[in-house]
Amino acid sequence: MTPALDDIDRAILNRYQGGFPICERPYQAAAEQLGITEQELIQRLERMLAQKQLSRFGPMYHAERLGGGLSLCAMRIPEDRYEQVTEQVNSFPEVAHNYARDHAFNMWFVLATETPERIDAVLKEIEQRTGFRVYNMPKLQEFFIGLKFEV
Amino acid sequence: MTEALSTTLDELDRRIILATQSGLPLVPEPFAAIAAQVESSSGEVMTRLQRMLASGVIRRIGAVPNHYTLGFRGNGMTVWDIPDDKISHYGALIGQLDFVSHAYERPRHPPEWNYNLFAMVHGRDRAEVEQKVTRIAELLGDDNRGHEILYSSRILKKTGLRLVSDK
Repeated sequence: MTPALDDIDRAILNRYQGGFPICERPYQAAAEQLGITEQELIQRLERMLAQKQLSRFGPMYHAERLGGGLSLCAMRIPEDRYEQVTEQVNSFPEVAHNYARDHAFNMWFVLATETPERIDAVLKEIEQRTGFRVYNMPKLQEFFIGLKFEV
Repeated sequence: MTEALSTTLDELDRRIILATQSGLPLVPEPFAAIAAQVESSSGEVMTRLQRMLASGVIRRIGAVPNHYTLGFRGNGMTVWDIPDDKISHYGALIGQLDFVSHAYERPRHPPEWNYNLFAMVHGRDRAEVEQKVTRIAELLGDDNRGHEILYSSRILKKTGLRLVSDK
């Protein structure tokens, strides 16, 4: 069981999901805003990272703007073939995450490739190796994303 | 990929990305620490980060909360069939809801897959996710031609996304 956050932890998370300052002493600048010391802010971030309440603290990069390819793909795999196909799909280094979901479309994975053109080539290789169709569902439009996730 | 614009990033940008994609150093002068690692100055590192933030290469700098350990154990990928001519309007509305972490338009694959809007909905448990999905359905009214919630049952692979390889 993960220990609960206190009010200061919550204030840190709610205030700094974005907008962390870029200056020589950013933790000091942020800590002043929160009414704590630089050292306390650093220690709390270390603790929340160690306890996995934070996945990461730092810049969040926009994958597509870095020039690579990125797509969400789905497959419909019969139960008796599921383990085998999972191994086949996961063996591709371009498969970054893969999730089983409760649905007829029961396998969902993210493909990340060095170039946008590689997506289609990898999709075809996966189809050939597994014998099942891959449904390519690239992002067509991204909508305004709520910056704040209140904790 | 409609959004696959390759932004001009030089070798130093790439080294900075590589040095920071798993996080900022937790030391009083983090940009000086990165500068030492990439053999540059803290001023140059800060300038580059500001520029990447302005161009959208960096979405934001700060905390990335872990929904699951923070008690939001119900995480459902919700998918919706919305008239194509109204998707931008509804996508923007749904994207602003505080329990939606991301919302995207994706292609349909008829007849097997007729959904064109994806929204990740977070709640403390599945009941709370369903309650929130009802709120989205109310917001869409007659323009909701069908929806489903896909819960994940297992993580099959999670290597994380390394954006710049160390090749």
